[in-house]
Amino acid sequence: MIFLQLFLSYLKIGFFGFGGGYAMLSLIQNEVVVQHGWITGAEFADIVAVSQITPGPIAINSATYVGYTVGAQGGSVLFGILGSIIATFAVCLPSMTLMILVARSIARLRNHPAVRGAMRGLRPVVIGMIGSAALLLIFPRNTGDESFIDLWSWLLFGGVLAGSWFKVNPILLIVLSAAAGVVIYI
Amino acid sequence: MKKLWEIFWSFSKIGLFTFGGGYAMIPLIQQEVLDRRRWIPESEFLDLLTLAQSVPGPIAVNTAVFVGYKRAGLRGAAASLLGVVIPSFTIILLIAVCFAGIRQNPYVDAAFKGMRPAVVALIIAPLIFLARGLNRAMVGVAVVVAGLIWWLNLSPVLILAAGAAAGIAWELSLAKRHKP
Repeated sequence: MIFLQLFLSYLKIGFFGFGGGYAMLSLIQNEVVVQHGWITGAEFADIVAVSQITPGPIAINSATYVGYTVGAQGGSVLFGILGSIIATFAVCLPSMTLMILVARSIARLRNHPAVRGAMRGLRPVVIGMIGSAALLLIFPRNTGDESFIDLWSWLLFGGVLAGSWFKVNPILLIVLSAAAGVVIYI
Repeated sequence: MKKLWEIFWSFSKIGLFTFGGGYAMIPLIQQEVLDRRRWIPESEFLDLLTLAQSVPGPIAVNTAVFVGYKRAGLRGAAASLLGVVIPSFTIILLIAVCFAGIRQNPYVDAAFKGMRPAVVALIIAPLIFLARGLNRAMVGVAVVVAGLIWWLNLSPVLILAAGAAAGIAWELSLAKRHKP
């Protein structure tokens, strides 16, 4: 039953994941933290951090991680692996199907006014979704989920924002803030 | 069969070295698919990128499926998909299996306390860049959308559907007005 829920949730995330990585965060957050409570808000932030320093798209990374966590709650590592396979497959299924359909009819689709209109209407929504993912991490619904715990957090936040503005490599920024975390909180 | 292996290897290489998601992988794909293998002509590359961003799902997966399909049909698409997914799948699975054990470690815990605000900053940074491409009304829409999802817990799916519908209605009404 839990596997079916996992499959449907990630199918939904894959199907509505317009705008790629960061925009999908809001969808993933809504499904796995807000709706199902499979992982906590803090764990979600941790997955995003891990995704930044490991290769691969965030949607796939979160599917694998959440699938494992949810499955393993059934009691065994094997259930966990099964869960991770199901979630990862589910999140890829819509893009695979749609991309093949599109590859077949590319020329006809692109200039159709309805397609153009949908793209235009989606753009501000996708940007707003990225904003909501950040807002929910800054002001979480549950206590214990806080990403910002003291003044140091805000200093790190400001530093990374500035670094990102000057195009410092994001992997480097994440590694540096992990090191800063160890120095500050140990 | 050899063709399928080639597709699989090329995309597992792309999957293994793509840090930081979609946009970061574009130069890698360009190098592997265009310069080295010459699987698609340069003229089609921009189309491919536009499409990969317009269709839902991770950009990496979309690109892989498109190239694999063009090169060797459905089996090619499956080979490229597996190639791009398997490296990150394996790495995250290993982390997930070990994570429960190391999570309580004070050093790991402290490192994550440092990384969480950094992650929020990395999410916000591209927003500033993206918002500059929008006019004021659209920025307003984006702000309202963020508020609805964050404050009212509204499902992003509903808002996506509404946004697409509004865009289609707008574009079709324009098309009608321009017809004599």
